[in-house]
Amino acid sequence: MKKFLIALLFAPVMALASGGAVHLDKWPGSVGDKAALQNGAKLFVNYCLNCHGASYLRYKNLLDLGLSEQQVKDNLMFTSDKIGELMRVAARSDEQKLWFGATPPDLTIVARARGEAGNAGAGADWLYTYLRSFYRDDNRPTGWNNAVFENVGMPHILYALQGQQVRNHETHKLELAVPGQMAPAEYDKAISDLVGFMVWMAEPQQEFRQKLGFGVLAFLALLFVVAYALKKEYWKDIH
Amino acid sequence: MAAGNYEKYKSDGSIGGNVLEWVDARFPATSMWKGHLSEYYAPKNFNFWYFFGSLALLVLVIQIVTGIFLVMHYKPDAALNANGVPIAFASVEYIMRDVPGGWIIRYMHSTGASAFFIVVYLHMFRGLLYGSYRKPRELTWLFGVGIFLVLMGEAFFGYLLPWGQMSFWGAQVIVNLFSAIPVIGPDLSIIIRGDFVVGDATLNRFFSFHVIAFPLVLLGLVAAHVLALHETGSNNPDGIDIKEKKDEHGIPLDGIPFHPYYTVKDIVGVIVFLMAFSAVLFFAPEGGGYFLETPNFYPADPLKTPPHIAPVWYFTPYYSILRAMVWNFFGLDAKFWGVVGMGASVVIFAFLPWLDRSPVRSIRYRGPITKVMITIFVICFFILGYLGTLSPSPMGELISQVCTVFYFGFFLGMPWWSRMDKFKPVPDRVTMK
Repeated sequence: MKKFLIALLFAPVMALASGGAVHLDKWPGSVGDKAALQNGAKLFVNYCLNCHGASYLRYKNLLDLGLSEQQVKDNLMFTSDKIGELMRVAARSDEQKLWFGATPPDLTIVARARGEAGNAGAGADWLYTYLRSFYRDDNRPTGWNNAVFENVGMPHILYALQGQQVRNHETHKLELAVPGQMAPAEYDKAISDLVGFMVWMAEPQQEFRQKLGFGVLAFLALLFVVAYALKKEYWKDIH
Repeated sequence: MAAGNYEKYKSDGSIGGNVLEWVDARFPATSMWKGHLSEYYAPKNFNFWYFFGSLALLVLVIQIVTGIFLVMHYKPDAALNANGVPIAFASVEYIMRDVPGGWIIRYMHSTGASAFFIVVYLHMFRGLLYGSYRKPRELTWLFGVGIFLVLMGEAFFGYLLPWGQMSFWGAQVIVNLFSAIPVIGPDLSIIIRGDFVVGDATLNRFFSFHVIAFPLVLLGLVAAHVLALHETGSNNPDGIDIKEKKDEHGIPLDGIPFHPYYTVKDIVGVIVFLMAFSAVLFFAPEGGGYFLETPNFYPADPLKTPPHIAPVWYFTPYYSILRAMVWNFFGLDAKFWGVVGMGASVVIFAFLPWLDRSPVRSIRYRGPITKVMITIFVICFFILGYLGTLSPSPMGELISQVCTVFYFGFFLGMPWWSRMDKFKPVPDRVTMK
């Protein structure tokens, strides 16, 4: 009976936690767009990598985005000089914990972690909506809150690009109060590119995986024809 | 059988013949080949459902071979590395990214775990349809139930190893269940964990169980399962004994040698299976978030309980039964009865050979009661499985309680309903349809 009551008590909390409460915008990009991935990599290295690691990824993996080694070294490597190194944060995680209260999580596979059962692609939608949903909130220590991630610890790192949104108290919609360097459509595209990069880095071999998959299935289909003919031949006398 | 081999397999004078003769005088190579393959007579009327035994063996081999390669690179260490990530978790991503071909090996292993349960469930369902567990195949069935139990343990231990959030909290929940057992419970759960909380000691012992202890037991049971089957001979969709009608050489009239007939047939089944397997592996390796649960892409964090802890899909029917038990009986906590219910729901399969009192084996010659009961059972199994993936809710709890009653009613009522049915006459010889 106790369990039953506890279940009742938590049911609304669970419903909220499962994410149904917030509408997620569909991420409009794809991981096949090399130019978008390069732009996303630039944004990620400039804005995210200062606090968040991508510590399962190596700088040399960025060569897969159609960049030369020199381009990666000149434009994307700020804290490291060896192309084979992991994309770590310069700060130590225990120090970050002291500064921020919590260590900013590693982001290499966050696009997969944010997926949902039955909808593995939801991670990209979540990131795309989250990064466009920061708004001013003077009650928060950072001065920022987020409509997707309530009371998030991270301030709006990209506010110079997006400008400052406020939340309308009646409609609960976000409105742009102070414009940033980018027009809204421009900012959406930049975030789409950034999310694309994060989806890519969560599984850099995903395009190759699918390509290989077609090959494997074609081979098996061919093998099936032969094996089926062999079976028919052996079984022709069995009635 | 081994005696007399020396005379029986006299060399034909060729080099190959001489070698075989030499071996056969010392090891039952030829007699085993004949006894289990080329002169093992299987009924000729196997249908679709009979592919899943050999497929289970195939998946076992896939898991062992990919597992060997994973162990070369995986590190069972819960300590944090320089980037603040647990070493075990980071080593899985290392396999996915830096080990050549590592991602395909890892996906084969993770997809293989779910595939194993899919083929085993279908294999067990076949037994249910055609009464394969009935006399004289009780031991084959019991070894099979043993395989199923060990497989569940194997999967549970393996699931902790990636050291993600679901690995950690799933293990936490399940090991905590043991503490509900009266008297010995609390100490037992500490012994299983090797610590007061799930930690490095737990990870290392689960690794040891997953990689050494359980696979050894599993292989032994699989060998016993196949040996017992080959002693009695296989059942078939008609549920009749092909050994009753033999020709002048003592060969069953409806039997055909397993090799080459069923080897060439099973190759076709293997290819179709591999196509489905590859479709998941290459195009949806997370299995829609059911084969690889998305919260498991976060490293284990003992301080952050996920909002919803769901076991992997193959455990969810039993997990639902666990959650359906919400009453304290005889002064014992509901949690304890949940554990009892969950354990009983798995172990009860072992009693099928003695619960089924139908005069015929196969569903083909059984009446509407059997068909309705099996249908209800399967529907309840699916509903329980689905509810187990969801967060607890009052409605879900009520439905899972109803389904739990039907689940156990199916087994416990079987001695009565299996006899009450209308039966059709069973043919003398197998039918090819």
